[in-house]
Amino acid sequence: MLDNHARIMQFFSMAKEVTGRKKLQKMIYILQQCHVPFEEKYNYHFYGPYSEELTLRIEELCNLGFLQENKEEKSSYYQYHYQITPEGEQFLRQFSLNMPDYSDKVEKLQEKSSRFLELVATLLYFDHLSRDEVFQKIQALKPSQNYSEEEMEEAVAFIRELKGA
Amino acid sequence: MSYETEQLSEVKVFKDPVHRYVHVKDRLIWDLIATPEFQRLRRIKQLGTTNLTFHGAEHSRFNHSLGVYEIVRRIIENFADEPNWNKEERLLCLSAALLHDLGHGPFSHSFEKVFKLDHEHFTQQIILGDTKVHEVLERVRPGFSQDVADVIGKTYKDKLVVSLISSQIDADRMDYLLRDAYYTGVSYGQFDMERILRVMRPMEDQVVIKSTGMHAVEDYIMSRYQMYWQVYFHPVTRSAEVILTKILHRAKELYEQGYAFQLEPIHFLSFFKGKVRLDEYIKLDESVVHYYFQLWQEEKDVILRDLCERFMNRRLFKYVEFNPGTEMHVYLELHDLFKKAGLDPSYYLVIDSSSDLPYDFYRPGEERERLPIHLLMPNGELKELSRQSDIVESISGKKRTDHKLYYPKDLIEKVTDLPIKRKIKELLNIQGDGNHVR
Repeated sequence: MLDNHARIMQFFSMAKEVTGRKKLQKMIYILQQCHVPFEEKYNYHFYGPYSEELTLRIEELCNLGFLQENKEEKSSYYQYHYQITPEGEQFLRQFSLNMPDYSDKVEKLQEKSSRFLELVATLLYFDHLSRDEVFQKIQALKPSQNYSEEEMEEAVAFIRELKGA
Repeated sequence: MSYETEQLSEVKVFKDPVHRYVHVKDRLIWDLIATPEFQRLRRIKQLGTTNLTFHGAEHSRFNHSLGVYEIVRRIIENFADEPNWNKEERLLCLSAALLHDLGHGPFSHSFEKVFKLDHEHFTQQIILGDTKVHEVLERVRPGFSQDVADVIGKTYKDKLVVSLISSQIDADRMDYLLRDAYYTGVSYGQFDMERILRVMRPMEDQVVIKSTGMHAVEDYIMSRYQMYWQVYFHPVTRSAEVILTKILHRAKELYEQGYAFQLEPIHFLSFFKGKVRLDEYIKLDESVVHYYFQLWQEEKDVILRDLCERFMNRRLFKYVEFNPGTEMHVYLELHDLFKKAGLDPSYYLVIDSSSDLPYDFYRPGEERERLPIHLLMPNGELKELSRQSDIVESISGKKRTDHKLYYPKDLIEKVTDLPIKRKIKELLNIQGDGNHVR
């Protein structure tokens, strides 16, 4: 009964506002990897884990008036901002979701840049590889992002903190 | 001569209704086609339940995989003299194109949803595991199978290679649009693929389209848009998909309750338990699934029996348009009434959303969100397609989502409590055949 929609709405009721589709994609993926039961299917897509299902679900929630999407024009692309609406809050009240409390994780993720979350999400995507293999993989797949050793270490520490939170 | 460069004594051709001929010259490709894991794709339909709406849609993942291979073969032929193209990647691209759907199971969308599976994971497993496909790939050189798996998983270092198999204008999409249009018999999936192949240019990390080919790409985007609404999102197909999903849910639920099936569903046990081994996954094809559905029509459990009988005999659920924004209270009221009428709402009252379907529209997206289609302008600059094309721009921002409420009209007609029956019919606006806009 639209439980997956409700789970995303619950996330927005915690996050209040999310700036950037990329940031949103990575936040949900990272939370999923921290065992928050979002069911959107992710694959690797050029810039890291990406879910087409999530994109479409967000579009649905906007069309239903549950989320407010604002589009901001940047030099060569658009950036999108998302916020829950009163209708969305009302929709959410009809569900009793069995979800863990992950508000502290959302708060931590909100503080980080989308560039950093891209790195964190990619590290999590390759967590079956050894630490050296993952670092090599990231250098090979994301040469333009030019992540430094320090950033990677910071991302590893962040994952540890998040999973322990 | 090494296995990598070994050619067949003559070019083998497969007659194909979409591309006329599929040409095979490499020994490797010929051997891959002959593996049991690839031959299995003959027994998995490309469009799952769509044949219950468009009876011609009986084509398999086997046809499609050969088609994708043929498109990539032609693209590579065109790239031969391009400076950005690395000729050494040829065999890797062809293998990845041929094998990209290897992990699809029967009705994979429903199976994935119910049993929390991922066909891409199984594609990787078949390529890297103890299989004939793996053995053939490793004959090229140790580690070749890993490279093929990385291309398909989009984690290969050369992004140009990846984008041939998987991007917003890739061989996979071009083949399935043309093939699905051909087999369903609809006329709106057509576009000039030959023209698109001629204007594709390899860049450092992606395939781009020469700007003079923009109109051919517009046609491709429009056909994608039309096919989604007319074929992939077809409400009758979705009804069949809803019933199929509910059968799997019911069978799993019964298994968990210790229900005694008349014949132990051995092929499903690992799916019910949530631990599916590769060899078990490979064994399950559509013939096996149909066999069980046939048997389950004789089961004592009324719901499983009814759902299987519906699926096998195309006695599908009816539907109404549903707006979760304004009509959730209607759904909740119906939920209650269905229970009172003895109809289990978790099986017989189903909201289906377009986001539950595995298809995507063209979206330019945000920077570094996903790779859009880029046009190569005469001055060498790259421009995102929807910024140049009014047609693409006009459909990029349109509403493309939809929700429906599915229910069994025939069972509602049999409800004996007349006030409840009247109320349900009133809420679903049932007058004639069903399928209404409220």
